[in-house]
Amino acid sequence: MREYLNGNEAVAHAVRLARAEVVAAYPITPQSTIVEEIAAQIARGEMEAEYIRVESEHAALAACFGAAVSGSRVFTATSSQGLAYMFEMLHYVSGARIPMVMAVANRGLAAPWTIWADHQDSVSCRDTGWIQLYVETAQEALDTCLQAYKIAEDPRVLTPVMLCLDGYVLSHTEEILDIPSQEDVDRFLPPYRPQVLVDTRRPVVFGVGAGPDIYPSFKKAQQEAMERAKEVIKRVDEEFYAFFGRRYGGLVEEYRCHDAEVVLVTLGAITGTAREVVDSLRREGAKVGVLRLRALRPFPVEDLRESVKSARVVAVLDRNCSFGYEGVVCTEVKAALFGLKQPPSVIGFVAGLGGQDIRKENIEGIFRSCFNSDV
Amino acid sequence: MPKMVEIRWHARGGQGAVIASRYLAASAIRQNLYFQAFPQFGTERMGAPIVAYTRISDAPINLRCAIEEPDVVVVLDPTLLKSVNVTANLKEGGSIIANYPGTPEELAKELNIDGKFKVYTLDAYKISTEEIGRPIPNTPMVGALARVLGIISLDNVLAEFEEQFSHRFKPEIVEKNLKAVRRAYEEVQGV
Repeated sequence: MREYLNGNEAVAHAVRLARAEVVAAYPITPQSTIVEEIAAQIARGEMEAEYIRVESEHAALAACFGAAVSGSRVFTATSSQGLAYMFEMLHYVSGARIPMVMAVANRGLAAPWTIWADHQDSVSCRDTGWIQLYVETAQEALDTCLQAYKIAEDPRVLTPVMLCLDGYVLSHTEEILDIPSQEDVDRFLPPYRPQVLVDTRRPVVFGVGAGPDIYPSFKKAQQEAMERAKEVIKRVDEEFYAFFGRRYGGLVEEYRCHDAEVVLVTLGAITGTAREVVDSLRREGAKVGVLRLRALRPFPVEDLRESVKSARVVAVLDRNCSFGYEGVVCTEVKAALFGLKQPPSVIGFVAGLGGQDIRKENIEGIFRSCFNSDV
Repeated sequence: MPKMVEIRWHARGGQGAVIASRYLAASAIRQNLYFQAFPQFGTERMGAPIVAYTRISDAPINLRCAIEEPDVVVVLDPTLLKSVNVTANLKEGGSIIANYPGTPEELAKELNIDGKFKVYTLDAYKISTEEIGRPIPNTPMVGALARVLGIISLDNVLAEFEEQFSHRFKPEIVEKNLKAVRRAYEEVQGV
């Protein structure tokens, strides 16, 4: 069914279609309308779920943790300061291997106070043990939310997924998208069947204390699960394609990279504008391409290396900054390409912080400066 | 049609610019056109000037940047014509469609834009007051915009209104709105 929705509404529909049973969230702009729409769907009887109103984001994630270990498929959403407030619980959830999905409508962090988009919030949570998937369109937000449950709940993964969509640019932009039917989603995404759950008849302990003798084995298991998640993310994207006719490249999405001399690496919605710039520069004969990282964690090292094979220069557009160094994705890309026989130069660009518009001319400027660089 | 049309809306919070944009988009879906609409990101308050944007295209829309130089400007509230520079960055030869009681010539003179842009006017307050009984400019302005754009048919605009609103409003209210949209389509000046 073709409908006209914004990114937040798209996510809310996906959560309904995924038959999430418990939703706990605390409102924060620009996420709020996701959980408002979910609450409305529950109130209208379109969705059968428990909506728990909580006093904070920290409590929201704690409530989701509890519901998930008792066997429910759960969902929450947040942004910016709210995500920062969840920081402690993020580790609890991933460490206890709770397969849940959280949408992050990306927004910059205060101070100075801002409600507008950048990736500082989720990128700052890079090392919390969550899978991070960044989407480019409202359609992809809906589709990836459905994929995310399947990835998270895969017994080889059992790792929570953060679904990152640019605040306003996706969360509040309305576009035409296709909403899958409940029947098709039910076939794609079977009910959540946890391997271990809180059950008074078979008592188990979650979040147990671990001494130095066994703690590292838990962490090693997390790392191995993340490595396995690479294949699972790709496979789930292909399965999704078989059901719904849409796919997003798995871990990375290439655009005209095969013979590109300069490849721009992006995260999120800005990729769309970059595609337009690539098309116009290609018409002038410039060999340029865009590589969108759909997954930041697990980091797609192998796919990245393959996609930039022909590139002389790799430019990285970061909507975040690791103060004292550079954009985080730039550092990641450099590390991933280190050790290649003839590695391309990597040049970082930090732009679009706190909602600053990234225009076609800005991206064109990035490409041109890379061609002119004598590195 | 050109590949893509970029529209900027000027209104006041509460005048229904977002609903108008949604309604236009839904009409465009009927013709398999692509649509993207976004507010000027930020906080909106009832009565304060707001800006919203729309892209319509015959192909999927990739762009995620703001609309810097719109092809069309729609003004829902005539008081904004004096308080906001509504033609700022409007493309040369672009169109302005305003809820305005006078003729396009009078408006061009008032805005001092004679010859630079195509100017269209519609007394949307008069039409909505006469047909609906309240000065609600949004639905008539969609009718006028459809006429000026020439890419979404009146039939689809009317059919969409019926589909979206017939379960929300009484039949006579729907009929009054349809009449207002049809009148706006016919009465917009400058075409």
